[in-house]
Amino acid sequence: MGAGHAHKLYRHGHSPIHALPPHCKLAAAFAFVLVVVSTPREAVWAFGLYAVLIAAVAAAARIPAGFLLRRLLIEVPFVAFAVLMPFVAQGERVEVLGLSLSVSGLWGAWNVLAKGTLGVAASVLLASTTELRALLLGLQRLKLPPLLVQIASFMIRYGDVITDELRRMSIARRSRGFEASGIRHWGVLAKTAGALFIRSYERGERVHLAMVSRGYAGSMPVIDEAVATRAQWAYAAVLPAAALAVCLMGWTL
Amino acid sequence: MTPSPAAPAAPASLEVSGLAYAYPDGHQALFGVDLTVGQGERVALLGPNGAGKTTLVLHLNGILGGGVGTVKVAGLPVEKRNFAEIRRRVGIVFQDPDDQLFMPTVREDVAFGPAAAGMRGAELETRVREALEQVGMEAFADRPPHHLSFGQRRRVAVATVLAMRPEILVLDEPSSNLDPASRRELADILRSLDVTVLMVTHDLPYALELCPRAVILSEGVIAADGRTQDLMCDEELMRAHRLELPFGFDPRTPSLARPSH
Repeated sequence: MGAGHAHKLYRHGHSPIHALPPHCKLAAAFAFVLVVVSTPREAVWAFGLYAVLIAAVAAAARIPAGFLLRRLLIEVPFVAFAVLMPFVAQGERVEVLGLSLSVSGLWGAWNVLAKGTLGVAASVLLASTTELRALLLGLQRLKLPPLLVQIASFMIRYGDVITDELRRMSIARRSRGFEASGIRHWGVLAKTAGALFIRSYERGERVHLAMVSRGYAGSMPVIDEAVATRAQWAYAAVLPAAALAVCLMGWTL
Repeated sequence: MTPSPAAPAAPASLEVSGLAYAYPDGHQALFGVDLTVGQGERVALLGPNGAGKTTLVLHLNGILGGGVGTVKVAGLPVEKRNFAEIRRRVGIVFQDPDDQLFMPTVREDVAFGPAAAGMRGAELETRVREALEQVGMEAFADRPPHHLSFGQRRRVAVATVLAMRPEILVLDEPSSNLDPASRRELADILRSLDVTVLMVTHDLPYALELCPRAVILSEGVIAADGRTQDLMCDEELMRAHRLELPFGFDPRTPSLARPSH
């Protein structure tokens, strides 16, 4: 079976950030992102300060800069669009290195790039200091609809099982001399996907049966109560509070 | 087939009488099953594929129902209003541990049953630890289930129902996919438990090793009920119900030195 889900995003550690209760971290990261997106894009220096804040949190969590930057690459496909904006946007043009670019497009691109990067950086920090399981507990604690939390927790539990099933089906196909090598084979791959869906659906039914057999009646029992002290909340609030101060300065200056 | 005997001192762990059931598509799986399992007994439920074994098992905790006949667990009828208590009393261990273990960690999975019944805090922790100790898996409490070997997952699956302190443990093919060492370890665990066991299996030597009594379910009825060794030595009976012993296995030879119970 593949590597454990816990080890892909999470970076084991014992920093004060790791020790914070998950719902505090979730709330802090969410508030931080809200503050960042509501900052005016003309306040370029404010985004610099946000980046400094993120770097400070990473340092407190003992996450190496290289690790954080590598994880940030995930946003590349999403910001590719931003790079196009200066070329396609309308309005006033400006010459940069011999290219004619739109001013509003440049501002738009900067806006998407800066806010996107900061948001992703905050999420990466959250994910690398909080185990997935703990995140679920945090979401539960923050009163996310229980059904959503249950679906997410089953995704974590059965992701590997289903991947493994897919891998076995692929081995079985190849053992009978099949290599997918072009459009003619899409039919076979589509049937594999269909078979996987049926199998997963049936597994879902069997899991439900096992749950009902152990007294499941529609809601997951709360086994680990995540509790946060006032001090922990205050500690987690430092990041969004500092960001809010920066944001207010950005609006007034 | 209906007389309900005046309640004796301790009611039987399981009383099935006149149970018949047809699936919604019209396929009839059970044609009047009668089966009584006394407290502390270990009984093997044998039968060919498609005999209705799984259908019978799913009646024991009310997942299936609506047919004719009654099922009682320790005197309590399996009815909708009793479902919570029935599901605590009947611990079903399903064949595929990946179906049974659905929580992110072993500890949470074992805690699921008791927590669903409202248990919390230190009492719950104790219950989980005890159940894991019974199957020798206490060192794995914080591991995700899919990181365990198959044999370990099967043992954790047993712990998940032991945590509910069941009246009767129902095992669906407990030895399937286990290597010989895991198979023996599971047998040792099952023997050490002080609980009624109903074991659905095709593994006849395993049934002989663990269960002094066996019943054969064939074509939706109980076709035979007796000492496991006697049934297995009856070649004609075995052949009539598509039951075959593994090559070279003679049910007369194993010395059953310890007829437990």
